[in-house]
Amino acid sequence: MYSSRKICLPIMAILLACAASLAGAAEPGSFGYGSVATPAQIAGWDIDVRGEDGTGLPPGKGTVDRGAEVYAEQCAACHGTFGEGEGRFPKLVGGVGSLRDERPEPTVGSYWPFAPTLWDYINRAMPMQAPHTLSADDVYALTAYILNLNDLVSHEFVADRNSLPKVKMRNRDNFVWADPRPDTMAKPCMSDCVNAADVRISSTAEGRNLTPRTTGPLDTMQPK
Amino acid sequence: MGRRRFLGLGAALTGSLVIGGKPAVADTAQESPPADAPWSQSIGAGVADRPYGRPADTEASVIRRNVPWLTASAESSVSFSPLQDLHGIITPNGLFFERHHAGRPDIDPAQHKLMIHGLVERPLLLSMKDIMRFPSVSRIHFIECPANGGMNWRAAQMNSLQFSHGMVSCAEWTGVKLSTLLEEVGIKKQAKWAMVEGADGAHMNRSLPLDKCLDDCLVIYAQNGEALRPEQGYPLRLVVPGWEGNVNIKWLRRIKLGEKPWHTREETSKYTDLMPDGTSRGFTWLIDAKSVVTFPCPEKPLDGPGLYEIRGLAWTGNGKVKRVDVSMDGGVNWQTARLHEPVLSKALTKFTLPWRWDGRPALVASRVIDETGYVQPTIAQLRAQRGSNSVYHNNSIQTWQVKPDGSVFNVQLA
Repeated sequence: MYSSRKICLPIMAILLACAASLAGAAEPGSFGYGSVATPAQIAGWDIDVRGEDGTGLPPGKGTVDRGAEVYAEQCAACHGTFGEGEGRFPKLVGGVGSLRDERPEPTVGSYWPFAPTLWDYINRAMPMQAPHTLSADDVYALTAYILNLNDLVSHEFVADRNSLPKVKMRNRDNFVWADPRPDTMAKPCMSDCVNAADVRISSTAEGRNLTPRTTGPLDTMQPK
Repeated sequence: MGRRRFLGLGAALTGSLVIGGKPAVADTAQESPPADAPWSQSIGAGVADRPYGRPADTEASVIRRNVPWLTASAESSVSFSPLQDLHGIITPNGLFFERHHAGRPDIDPAQHKLMIHGLVERPLLLSMKDIMRFPSVSRIHFIECPANGGMNWRAAQMNSLQFSHGMVSCAEWTGVKLSTLLEEVGIKKQAKWAMVEGADGAHMNRSLPLDKCLDDCLVIYAQNGEALRPEQGYPLRLVVPGWEGNVNIKWLRRIKLGEKPWHTREETSKYTDLMPDGTSRGFTWLIDAKSVVTFPCPEKPLDGPGLYEIRGLAWTGNGKVKRVDVSMDGGVNWQTARLHEPVLSKALTKFTLPWRWDGRPALVASRVIDETGYVQPTIAQLRAQRGSNSVYHNNSIQTWQVKPDGSVFNVQLA
């Protein structure tokens, strides 16, 4: 290396200058890329609804009866006439009181903590083949109908931005919004960790015939 | 070399095969291997014969697979990475596991935009060209669906590494730090959460604490050196290192800052952990430390007694893998495996251990310890805390039963 300190220093100065200008990136708009989103653009994109208080719910309303009509046309093929589900598409009703059972059924009626989340999900993702195509009124109507199927609101209920946040969902108070993990405290034992005589196979996949063989050539799989 | 001369050479080569007397090509019936196989006595395909490239024809079984009965439709389903056939810590892009909620959208990047708004000083609409001008970073991280291993919560079900552990993959991601984009729009001080949303038919969205967004989240346009594949969120996705796959929003189109979480369908009705007492844990984003032996496994049985290399993968959302132990006797005794470089934060880590198999039955398992000191639990330890109605976050020790004929089965130990 024969590059002198005299040469190095100006290079360092340039690098430092660059670093200083990058540090300035903390100021909003310092890169200057993209365009500032206009209020109209934001309004067009802004579809989210907050579950807890319904912030973001749009104007509009829907009755249970109107919801039954929209449901029959748009939803029943997958979710069943009365929300009982078809095939492995989700059940929308039932399962109340089942959450401690061996086979719990988490549904809108048994599991969902917030009613506005139902409006938001239907609006953003349903019907599956043509999402985000229903009117706000029809989404309100569907929400009213599904809540009524679950005996959460009466037949006279009208869903709108004021009524939905007030619907008390059955599982509302049973969510812990914090993560208590780590919840296992295993120790890394190295030898004689358990009694060898106590090592017992409690379940095996052998012979259960659950492993698919139709989605590709599983020619290396042992046919056991 | 001129074209005429080249053609002449080709003719000479072809001719030599015909007039060279008895050809020394492979004869499968002979006892010793052939000195020269057909591929050694002919000229192969030219460059760019396969302009993108593809695996050897004989690797045709190395593919993603799905479980048809697991979900209602293939458009809202998952495909699993063939971990049994992969080597090292990087998942090839074509084999990275997929999870879609409304099918794979094929998006025109010229029309795709990212909007950042809400509690910001300067709401922005960014094109792909805009996003690619920001300072870029490349980092290696795994993504795991928290339902990976969910089928093993109640009992050992699938006799397959691919189906029991294939909802984890690892890649080098290139894009922009989310903190760079949020600093560019200017964060208002009331902002505590971000809502991230996809452009696919599900418009899937999740809430993320702002602290995590500013810590290590990445807005990604490239994976393992090439543009994202459509299955992985082309042209733009979020990568949230070490956190459950569902928050790594694909086809990212909108980020909104707010004061409180949104409690979306995906973080209330799904991706919550139902506990034995009927309560549910929400916001359990972290992927705990987990490991699995990838050889031997049900798809890769042993070929008679002798010396083998036990191989496996370990990972933790909490940082780096510190140690992996392997047991051949169902957890009575353990030996520490060798970790292979690089050992990266929130990335798959490869481990190996030599093993001389004597042909007797064995119960092979691995146990990871991460840099926080957390030890991978047994399924019994996990069930003691969470019961078996949960779907997500089964990071328990996986045991493979080796039978005397070398076949391997997915089992659980009492």
